[in-house]
Amino acid sequence: MSEQVIEAHNLTKRYDGVPVVKGISFSVAQGEIFGLLGPNGAGKTTTILMMLGLTEVSDGQVRVLGYDPVRQPLQVKRRVGYLPDAVGFYDNLTAAENLRYTGRLIGLEADECEQKMVEALDHVGLHDVTDRRVATFSRGMRQRLGIAEILLKDAQIAILDEPTSGLDPQATIELLEIIRNLKHKNVTVLLSSHLLDRVQSVCDRVALFSQGNIVLLGSVEELGRKVLGGTSNLDVEAEGNGIDAKLRAIPGVTGVETLAPNRWRLKTDRDVRSEAAAAVMGTGGKLLRLAVEAPSLETIYTRYFRDEELGGRHAA
Amino acid sequence: MQREGSPWRGVGVVARKELSDHLSSVRMLVIELLVVVTGVVVVLVSLQQIRDVTAEDPFLLLRVFTRSGEQLSFVFVLTLLVPLIAIGLGFDLVNSEHNQRTLSRVLSQPIYRDALLFGKFLAGLATIAISLTAMWMVVIGLALAALGVPPNGEELARAALMLFVTIAYAGVWLALAMLFSVLFRSAATAALSALGLWLFISILWPFLSSHLVNVFVPASAGTADELLNTLATHQAVRRLSPGALFGEIVTVLLDPAVRSTQQSQLAAMGLALVEPGSIPGAPLPLLQSVLIVWPQIVSLIAGTIVLFVIGYVIFQRQEVRA
Repeated sequence: MSEQVIEAHNLTKRYDGVPVVKGISFSVAQGEIFGLLGPNGAGKTTTILMMLGLTEVSDGQVRVLGYDPVRQPLQVKRRVGYLPDAVGFYDNLTAAENLRYTGRLIGLEADECEQKMVEALDHVGLHDVTDRRVATFSRGMRQRLGIAEILLKDAQIAILDEPTSGLDPQATIELLEIIRNLKHKNVTVLLSSHLLDRVQSVCDRVALFSQGNIVLLGSVEELGRKVLGGTSNLDVEAEGNGIDAKLRAIPGVTGVETLAPNRWRLKTDRDVRSEAAAAVMGTGGKLLRLAVEAPSLETIYTRYFRDEELGGRHAA
Repeated sequence: MQREGSPWRGVGVVARKELSDHLSSVRMLVIELLVVVTGVVVVLVSLQQIRDVTAEDPFLLLRVFTRSGEQLSFVFVLTLLVPLIAIGLGFDLVNSEHNQRTLSRVLSQPIYRDALLFGKFLAGLATIAISLTAMWMVVIGLALAALGVPPNGEELARAALMLFVTIAYAGVWLALAMLFSVLFRSAATAALSALGLWLFISILWPFLSSHLVNVFVPASAGTADELLNTLATHQAVRRLSPGALFGEIVTVLLDPAVRSTQQSQLAAMGLALVEPGSIPGAPLPLLQSVLIVWPQIVSLIAGTIVLFVIGYVIFQRQEVRA
């Protein structure tokens, strides 16, 4: 089992007595990409700020790389890179000047800083605009400059708050690619987002936030099993006679829906791909397509809250 | 709960960056222009006066600062101009970080908030010190060239002390402007509030304070003691304005003959303060002049510290997120 780099236990934040983060517990392992997902105002950014020691912790505790952000914020901030929601840079300075300022704040030597800066800007694809004023930068370029700052810092953990919000699809894809590369550099990534599907592809594990609580925690497949009752859909496209009945007879298939002639959607509670293929072959038919529909976070999320709502009504 | 690490870490880095921002800004150009124009105009006007009035004066250079004609004295100009410069530099120190969304990013670097605030204050003060020193040199240089009389050591020492006090006076206004920049997210609101307070304190307070005193403490000028008491009350209330403190200090420092901060008011009433055994009008040694206004000098510095601390406490408690 790999080392836990972030451990939160019963972490709570109250503003004027009103709880916005209600005793959440989670841990993030080294080298993982961990997603904090949920709607705006669910407490994601507050959780992040508490991990960085940028806001007081009302109750509970959090350890980042073994340090307490409340008492040892400088230790934490030296090792953790943070990309805030809609990050800002000094518009009157160039990209290089902004990074140099950060480098000096971190305490890098001038030579070392220059060298790392070139590498970092190269990595995020901003080497052409090094000496342009940040005022001329697009949103996506600013986000990438923010990631360059994290690389400059040699951060062991990168905390990215809504990294893809406000980006066009192309910029989003590029940014997600950069985030995946962070993982290859052995950086643990913690990212928050309200756009579930966009980040689903990069996250190893996710925590779904709702009104200050973590309601679901785990990998996307795990959550899918938990919320969608272990069911997943298998689409089968085949030509032949009597396939329908054969498919229904497979153990584990709970329902078959005919989408079109020769196209069926099986509701299953386990992986039945080989049996389905065998069933089609058994009839002497011709298998054209066999596809498992992966559970999407969006589905999981909406299903979960629909169930919650229904449960709530029943209780009432 | 004790936090680890030095609050000073990064002060130098922040101060250096802020200073370079200030010095390369358009605002600095405006300030430079103001400084040069003010210096030249003041010297021209005062030279005119000095040629007419003073034939033989041991403190000729200092007269350039004080006797600059009835309408325009250098000290009066400073009393108004210095707060304006300080507010101009300070009103957006902190809220611009909020508005550019740079605050959380900078604070996620390994520094405390203390360093950010203190570094900004130091850089602002350094910028003002540079401008004021430049203005001071313009005035002294032009005066020397025009008068042709070499200054003596005491004159230079008094002039240098005046420069120091002027910087301390600027510190009060810079700390105030920074406090407003912490309080108000909108730079325009912060600037307007600071300027409003400046206008109130500089222009309205001298009149208002004497009216207030007259209402609550009826003037009774029967004996000399009563008269002095009334004057002292007036002075105490007026001193709530840093401009009044600055005025008192500079009057005493720049004129060795002034023995009391009440002298000018007494003179206005046709009276003079005569201490037993002293020769009226004789110059005081430098140290004695400093001792007379030492409380005022300390008050200016203390005022700066108090305003800075208020801003600091509010800033520490503020949420980082926009």
